[in-house]
Amino acid sequence: MLVQYLPFLVLFIVAVAFAGGAMVLSRLLGPKRPSATKLEPYESGMVPIGGTRGRFPIRFYLVALLFILFDIEIIFLYPWAVIFLEAGAARVFLFFEILVFLGVITVGYVYIWRKGALDWE
Amino acid sequence: MIAELVIFIILGTVAVATGVAVILSKNPVHAVLFLVINFFSVAMFYLVLSAQFVAFLQILVYAGAIMVLFLFVVMLLNLTGAIESVQDKLPAQKWVGLALGIALLLEAGVVTAAGVFRQVPAAPPPSPNFGTSAPVGVKLFFDYLLPFEVTSVLLLIAIVGSIVLARRRTY
Repeated sequence: MLVQYLPFLVLFIVAVAFAGGAMVLSRLLGPKRPSATKLEPYESGMVPIGGTRGRFPIRFYLVALLFILFDIEIIFLYPWAVIFLEAGAARVFLFFEILVFLGVITVGYVYIWRKGALDWE
Repeated sequence: MIAELVIFIILGTVAVATGVAVILSKNPVHAVLFLVINFFSVAMFYLVLSAQFVAFLQILVYAGAIMVLFLFVVMLLNLTGAIESVQDKLPAQKWVGLALGIALLLEAGVVTAAGVFRQVPAAPPPSPNFGTSAPVGVKLFFDYLLPFEVTSVLLLIAIVGSIVLARRRTY
């Protein structure tokens, strides 16, 4: 069973080796002549103002929280989609089953919509 | 068998090392990123245990969505510089925790040495597609229909709860 995941392992090793190799090689082979202008985060761009760790508004937090909840809803659709085509006569049963599930979640969706949580302002 | 042992040792080392790195990192963003690697190694554990669907859920939900939430919380609170000035209100907890941890390790060692786990009969080898999304789906949508539908109510409660907690007073 685990043998089926061997291509994943090979891909993972190749990806890590490629990324790591590119960084190491450019460090070893590339000439380093730093200057103040070159070391700026955005060369020939805007001069950065302040630190990078500004505080984020709480709206991002709410969006992330709602994203997780609907992410979990989607999780249940994966196995459903996989078994639906081969279900045969049980398809009608499966269809209404997921309809009830999605219906309850949609109540929540309408709730957050009406409460204005989807509006950015 | 040997291959599984080697995989387990590698994964266990990565999981423990990143777990320790999470609690030792002074920078909260680094701690969160170490936690991502930790979640990935836990996902690989699920894969080795032939819980393939759960392994990919672990990556999708934990390494994907939950870590985004953690990063947002870290950036929301903006703890940089505040960590060093935090006073430990319970200085004894470090040592009590260490003692309890050692006690737990000793207990596990004694139980293992006493041979409690040897009496567990070996499980039959799982079928090749065990733990993939199709058998999980059949179980979920036929055998465990009611718990599945109740999950939607649980999610609904979570949606309403998050709005109520995060709303401004003007809503």
